[in-house]
Amino acid sequence: MTTDTEAPAAAPTAEQPPPTAARAPKRRSWLGLWFVLPFTAVYAVFMLWPMLLGLYYSFTDKSLTGRPVSWIGLDNWAEAFGDEKAWDSLWNTAWFTLLSTPPLVVLGLAFALLAHRARKLGWFLRLSFFAPFVIPVSVVTMVWVWMYQPAGGLFNHYLGEWGLGADHLWVFQEDSMASVVITTVWWTLGFNFLLYLAALQTIPAEVYEAADIDGANSLQKLWGITLPLLGRTTALVIVLQLIASLRIFDQYYLMAGGGMNLSPENVFIQYMYNSGFTGLRVGYASALSYILFFFILLVALVQFRLMSRKED
Amino acid sequence: MPNHPSPPGSLSRRALLTGTAAAAGIGLAGCGSATDAFSGQTTVKQWNLLAGSDGAIMTDMHRQFMDETGIELKATTFAWGTPFYTKLVMGASGGNAADVATIHLSRLESLSPDTLLEAIELDELVAAGLDPQDFPTAIWERCFVDDRLYAVPIDTHALVNYYNRTVCEQAGVLNADGTLLETHGVEEYFDLLRAVKDVTGEYGTSLDTNAGWRQFWAWYRQQDGEWTFHEDGFELDDDKALTAIDVMWRMAEEGLCPRISDGGATAANFENGLGGLVQVGNWEITRFRAFNEAQGLDFSMCEMPDFFGNRRTQGDCHTYVLPRHNTWSEEGRAATIEYVSWMLRHSFQWGAGAGHTPAYLPVTESAEYQELEPNAEYAGVVDNVQFDPQVWFSGSAARLADEVAQVLAGVYAGNTRPEDALEAVKQRAQTLVELPNPID
Repeated sequence: MTTDTEAPAAAPTAEQPPPTAARAPKRRSWLGLWFVLPFTAVYAVFMLWPMLLGLYYSFTDKSLTGRPVSWIGLDNWAEAFGDEKAWDSLWNTAWFTLLSTPPLVVLGLAFALLAHRARKLGWFLRLSFFAPFVIPVSVVTMVWVWMYQPAGGLFNHYLGEWGLGADHLWVFQEDSMASVVITTVWWTLGFNFLLYLAALQTIPAEVYEAADIDGANSLQKLWGITLPLLGRTTALVIVLQLIASLRIFDQYYLMAGGGMNLSPENVFIQYMYNSGFTGLRVGYASALSYILFFFILLVALVQFRLMSRKED
Repeated sequence: MPNHPSPPGSLSRRALLTGTAAAAGIGLAGCGSATDAFSGQTTVKQWNLLAGSDGAIMTDMHRQFMDETGIELKATTFAWGTPFYTKLVMGASGGNAADVATIHLSRLESLSPDTLLEAIELDELVAAGLDPQDFPTAIWERCFVDDRLYAVPIDTHALVNYYNRTVCEQAGVLNADGTLLETHGVEEYFDLLRAVKDVTGEYGTSLDTNAGWRQFWAWYRQQDGEWTFHEDGFELDDDKALTAIDVMWRMAEEGLCPRISDGGATAANFENGLGGLVQVGNWEITRFRAFNEAQGLDFSMCEMPDFFGNRRTQGDCHTYVLPRHNTWSEEGRAATIEYVSWMLRHSFQWGAGAGHTPAYLPVTESAEYQELEPNAEYAGVVDNVQFDPQVWFSGSAARLADEVAQVLAGVYAGNTRPEDALEAVKQRAQTLVELPNPID
């Protein structure tokens, strides 16, 4: 719309550049750098430097106790690759991702469609679906752990009333993963919902009008117009969601680990935390964190390839 | 529009801004010491892990300390256990942690005192009015690492047995004077629990099933069980360990204790009368007293029941340590030691309010303390307290206790049979033994 006005006017000047002598000498300004400097400095000090330091530590026996550091080559890496518990916890992280990503994407879309269609209750739905996302993780987990309590918790109370057994062990032992997934879906759904809702609002109404004229029913419109036009958003949502899920730590640690409610299983970042901070072995934990880094990188790259092929 | 040159002689805006920023920077950097210098006050920074109800007692004592001595005290309470120790270790390795911190004595060696803590001179203590003779020998000796003093003990605390007098009276398990009947052996105690369960309709005892380590260690040590660690393995008495775990399994199986109950639920079950007894740390006394004031709860405490011929119980000591400092000011160090000394000399309040048994003998030997109830009823814990095994991954909230508790939670829940639990405990301990030691 705005683009067609500019092109013709610009064309002649492009073909006939003015003589260089006539142009004022170009002043190189370093001013812009000063604006970037605060961010760059913080980024370098708190991101790049720790990353490099972490890589270095992964080749040493660096301990939190501050005793002298010695270079041990690939020992940490070899230990990490042979560490069964590390692989178990990496699998738990992957399992959490597999369980949490589909509902978070599909429900995010479904709720966005619902809120987008709703005329009178739209504001209420938008608020309700997004509100949990702004609650801090400590509050979310505390509320949900109470609801999961075996004696007097909300779920068990009603299960008991309906005669389904009131003693189910929701956040303990092997059941904890599903419970954490349910809580996570409730808590973080709002973000995907918001992305989808914004994308829905950018689809021009004319397209739907044209479809109406052609006599398309609402299912055909959803399948033929809405979903394809949301394709790029879906790709974005999936990438962000996978990365967020692979970084699972806070809610799992608060609900199922960390000395209060106990699950014998760890997720990967929790295992890193245990090795590095509880177990004082910063060197080993650094090697573990680089393994997670490569794993996430791999997932992102594979997905990037799949998505870009689809767009061709 | 061209920029106007700044008028000669006056300050340019840029110079003014730069100057102000620099001045502010210098001002901020000197902030801490400047405020101290102006007010003539010394500040002591203290970190503690007393997130339970005993923290309220310590806060009260701090207020009195500041009023009496004029020293400014800044205390910070962190979440108990791993979060606190993580913070302490990281702060101390940077050399900018607090001036003084509370730790569990069982964790002293795992905190690498040589690199992370400051040794305390006996002369300093004497100058502040403390005498090394004034502490129980067994505890005092554990405060030394490589012949240097790193910790000053505050108290001994342990698992004790709380009982709800109203419930227990109905169950007929009280003596004429209102104290709990003394039982001998697991079966007698189970009978007592059955009688109490009949009254409550829910549980006999409201155990914390997530804190299985403490109960395991108490009942294992009652059988004289030892757990020693060496370079590539450990010695654990399988039969005795299995007997201790079996007690847990049977207690939960019969519904004498909950299948699942975390710290909060455990205390709540006792307060609501769902359990007539609870074996939990003496520090919960403040919480139960508050509940008594609010809604009425007639309770008392005695020692851990005798399961295997004695009343040994799991416990630990809170101690003061000085995290590593890059620099000490002379007044700061003196004020810190003064704080430690003041708190110990006034630890009657710590015992009366928080239920801990003070380590400072002039307090515990005073007639006033000897008559203190219900402390007198469980005074024996000091002799019966059993510290965790001595190895770098052991101690309160350390990995051994955490990992064993995870397995035992499964036993209480009825998911893990005692034999499998023992195997799992041994396996996890072996994994810990095989880790490279990050301390020496």
